[in-house]
Amino acid sequence: MAAKKSEFGVGASIERLEDDRYLRGRGRFVADIQMPGMLDIAFVRSPVAHARIRSITKPETGGDGVFVAADLAGVSGIRADSGLRGFRSSIQPILAHDKVRHVGEPIAACVATSRARAEDLAELVTVEFDELPAVSEMTRARDADAPLLHEDWDENVFLETAVDTNFAASIASATVVIKRTYRTARQCMAPMEGRGVVAVWDNQAEQLVLHTSTQMPHIVRTGLSASLGLDHSRIRIVAPDVGGGFGYKGILLTEEVCAAWLAMKLRRPVRWIEDRREHLTGGANCREHHYEITGYAAADGRLLAVDCEAIVDSGAYSIYPFSACLEAAQVASILPGPYRMDGYRCRTWSVASNKPPILPYRGVARTGVCFAMEMLMDGLAHELGIEPWEIRQRNLAEPHQMPFTNITNKYFDSGDYPEALRRAVEAIDIAAIRRRQRVDEGGSGGRHRIGVGLSIFCEQGAHGTSVYHGWGIPMVPGFEQATARLTPDGGLEIRVGIQSHGQGLETTLAQIAYEELGIKPEAVRVVHGDTALTPYSTGTWGSRCIVMAGGAVAAAAAKLGDRIRHIAGHLLQAAPDSVILADGVARAGAGEIPLREIGRLWYLAPQHLPPDVDPGGLEVTQGYRTVRDTGTFSYACHAVTVSVDLALGDVKLLDYVIVEDGGVLINPMVVDGQVLGGAAQGIGTALYEEMRFDGTGQPMAATLADYHLPGAPEVPAIRILHMETPSPLSRFGQKGIGESGAIGPPAAIGNAVNDALRSLDARIWELPITPERVLAAVAEAEGKARIGEAA
Amino acid sequence: MKPVAFDLTTATAAPHAVALLSNVDIEAKIIAGGQSLGPMLNLRLARPGHLIDVTRAKDLRGVVDEGSALLYGAAVTHAEIEDGAVPDATGGWLQAIASRIAYRAVRNRGTMGGSLVHADPAADWVVTLTALGAVAVIAGPGGAAREEPLSSFIAGPFTTTLKPGEILTGIRLAKRTADARWGYWKFTRKVGEFAKASAAVLIDPGAGDTRVVVGAIEQPPIILPAGDAEAVIAGRLPIEEALRRALPHRPPASLVLHAVAVREALGIAGAAGFPAQDQGAA
Ligand SMILES: Cc1cc2nc3c(=O)[nH]c(=O)nc-3n(C[C@H](O)[C@H](O)[C@H](O)COP(=O)(O)OP(=O)(O)OC[C@H]3O[C@@H](n4cnc5c(N)ncnc54)[C@H](O)[C@@H]3O)c2cc1C
Repeated sequence: MAAKKSEFGVGASIERLEDDRYLRGRGRFVADIQMPGMLDIAFVRSPVAHARIRSITKPETGGDGVFVAADLAGVSGIRADSGLRGFRSSIQPILAHDKVRHVGEPIAACVATSRARAEDLAELVTVEFDELPAVSEMTRARDADAPLLHEDWDENVFLETAVDTNFAASIASATVVIKRTYRTARQCMAPMEGRGVVAVWDNQAEQLVLHTSTQMPHIVRTGLSASLGLDHSRIRIVAPDVGGGFGYKGILLTEEVCAAWLAMKLRRPVRWIEDRREHLTGGANCREHHYEITGYAAADGRLLAVDCEAIVDSGAYSIYPFSACLEAAQVASILPGPYRMDGYRCRTWSVASNKPPILPYRGVARTGVCFAMEMLMDGLAHELGIEPWEIRQRNLAEPHQMPFTNITNKYFDSGDYPEALRRAVEAIDIAAIRRRQRVDEGGSGGRHRIGVGLSIFCEQGAHGTSVYHGWGIPMVPGFEQATARLTPDGGLEIRVGIQSHGQGLETTLAQIAYEELGIKPEAVRVVHGDTALTPYSTGTWGSRCIVMAGGAVAAAAAKLGDRIRHIAGHLLQAAPDSVILADGVARAGAGEIPLREIGRLWYLAPQHLPPDVDPGGLEVTQGYRTVRDTGTFSYACHAVTVSVDLALGDVKLLDYVIVEDGGVLINPMVVDGQVLGGAAQGIGTALYEEMRFDGTGQPMAATLADYHLPGAPEVPAIRILHMETPSPLSRFGQKGIGESGAIGPPAAIGNAVNDALRSLDARIWELPITPERVLAAVAEAEGKARIGEAA
Repeated sequence: MKPVAFDLTTATAAPHAVALLSNVDIEAKIIAGGQSLGPMLNLRLARPGHLIDVTRAKDLRGVVDEGSALLYGAAVTHAEIEDGAVPDATGGWLQAIASRIAYRAVRNRGTMGGSLVHADPAADWVVTLTALGAVAVIAGPGGAAREEPLSSFIAGPFTTTLKPGEILTGIRLAKRTADARWGYWKFTRKVGEFAKASAAVLIDPGAGDTRVVVGAIEQPPIILPAGDAEAVIAGRLPIEEALRRALPHRPPASLVLHAVAVREALGIAGAAGFPAQDQGAA
């Protein structure tokens, strides 16, 4: 038996162990790695979005430091096929040779003794292009005259999907039908640390060692092995401290393959550190969706059906391991969310465009889906003449229906959605906002209008084999493993294949181990980010780690605990079952032995061990998966009050409440950090972030002066209210909660802005909600009003 | 994003900087805080062969009291003004303006002179010092010196009248009395973003100065004609009408933004009949 609920275990808000090195500037990131003789790489990248390459000419002097596709003997391009029927396959070249398909695509790698010199060299490489017309607008990608990105395809579509569940039959009794168009912008995920690679050939181990800023070292190893034609045993991936990921680092990079090849070719360490210009011009790779969505409701506010046509701009290539289609596959399956409905129809197109390949960004498709669905719900409420919270209350799955299976067969493990809604409505005080709106509309609001908006949604986390197999991606997670080892001095080492890059897993996994072994977190080392030291894992993504790696750590620690108790029972002359592990000792009755002593005995004084001791010793690797692999469903309700400046079009966030249910919280303070950080990114999606592309496929921002990220001053003081409905599927009742914060803000803020604009009959439909878009919506409504008056 | 190789020399005083500028390299350039030039270098949009650092030049780093005016060294930083480490000719306005330029990290290095020479039409000093009637003090080769009102020194977007070999040594600001009032308002959606619209208002009855300046218009700031400014303040001329006259070529939609900026700046300056609506303004 382990000690229960304490100041260090599950539920304790202890400070993060890793923060000491981060806050003191002692983290070790890829760019901090120095090696003798190391060379820097600068890539020559395509300045055009779509062109045939006529020629690439290396400079006369320094040309031996320039490498092009023709030099990369034996290296294959990256292929990530979806298993779904009808998928059109693409190959992402490591260096472009015949064609370029987006701005920023690497064409040549230039190597020199410093990055500045490598950039000097890159300027001397000349590339001649025959430019082609580009696909830069997703809604035009399927036009008959659209240029083809991949010439062996018949249209610019990676995959088209269609689902129809009882749609036609369900809409007969509809009294309210509204159809809306919604659109989200293409964004750049912006971890503070960009991507980066240091590759070196280790002669002694006969291994390529690739240090890379990644969320999935083992997957990079597998992908690299395929691209380089090199055995896994010849490759070691090390992810040192990683300064944020959010999905941006959940990919096998062409730059990783190229740097690896160069390190082997040159037999010198090489590095590539992504700079902000590369990041912005070649890395705008997420979120761009277009929805035509129709909602059908009965007179009593009951939601009958939803019909949707969604386009996802998937960019130029299918990337490894998530493919070009994960996003759209998710759209179709998660759109109905926690709502009950009788009918559902959805078609999706993952279209190819001359833009960087799409990657799943925190929240993945959910942020766009939540925006479309929750804006639609407000539209229906408005048509029905009821409050937005009322229509939600009428249609959300009820707690007594849990576990609830929705129309797309999503299995909601637990939760009380109406209660989360109720708490959010109460906390933001909608009644008071309605009173103030009446006063303002009476004339005292000046040029400002306030509005209130809600969004409620779920976050599926830690979903496993059946779900990902169904989404057709090349990487399907199964059991997650962890190793637990008691050291000779009574410390604990935990080894996991996932990566902690800001989530605080070095702390929370230690808390879980404490729960089983009673070893204080400060005496626990969580080892991650090195394929040589950790069990295979698909890595950190999909809000899976606290459930999957957490479950694996608990399983390994529990088994280790059994072995410790067995030895301790022998020494204390007590039944192993009666031994309690707490405070770094094994205790039975009045007797106790420090774990330090047990460690010493196993490793150095085995003569004292029981004769039937487990020969596996004090090191255990265990695999874990949840009771069912359909995922934990955490959920949240966001409520926001905004002030819209009608003259400037500016939107200010006056109050922001998040009611969040992440199941049992392992460390509530860490969860708050996840929710707040995500919400800041969601505010970016809602109000600021947008990479525009012109008609030729040129990205319109190259610095952060043009691509606007929210900063600390733009994020309001967010009030988080917790609910803790345990998941029946996970080890401690915990649920994945890494993405939720980023999902809700665009929908809540969008609804709030439209609520503020309601008296003007103006409506926004596109993200981000910039002053230009607000003013355009107001002007359009005024124009309509004038026409109406004239008629 | 690494600059092309360049040489760097630290100037010990303004004459040294001027001498270096003419002698070391025809493509030599002054660098002050590097907050505008730095990104240009890194993006390789600027490729000077030689940089002359003026932030250690003593005579560019201080403030000289000339009696009725203060002469600010061009390399005085935003942070020094914000912190009150140098005297404030306006009794507080400069401090308030400086404190709202970008982030502290930018203010620690960025200089008043650098901002004026960079001449971004939306920059805070460009707009507010125009309202204060600042004078640019310039040194050229062979000990040449000249002075020019800021309103003509800034000749266009990102353009000044500095001639090759000249540097800005200082900015002269008349001391304002206690009854002078002022207001500055800018529309930015986030801290550190250049303004989409801005306006600065100075009402100094003692000196007989009334100025309404409209900034962030993709050209140097416009000073409303004195008669119009007074008529606006007295409520005899609608702001929108004054702006239409002053900026006949701006699109009507942007005039709405500029009108808000002027109204807010007037409100902050305490002009009767213009209640400030924007709570966040300073
Ligand atoms: C993130 C960020 C946000 C910003 N936000 C704002 C903002 O909100 N408002 C705002 O007003 N500004 C803002 N700025 C600009 C900032 O104020 C700069 O400091 C200023 O524009 C330039 O000053 P500097 O001393 O850094 O000049 P530098 O960058 O060193 O030089 C700028 C130019 O002036 C020339 N130069 C400099 N000094 C002299 C001299 N004495 N004589 C002749 N030529 C000279 C240089 O050759 C160069 O061409 C921001 C900058 C950054 C990086």
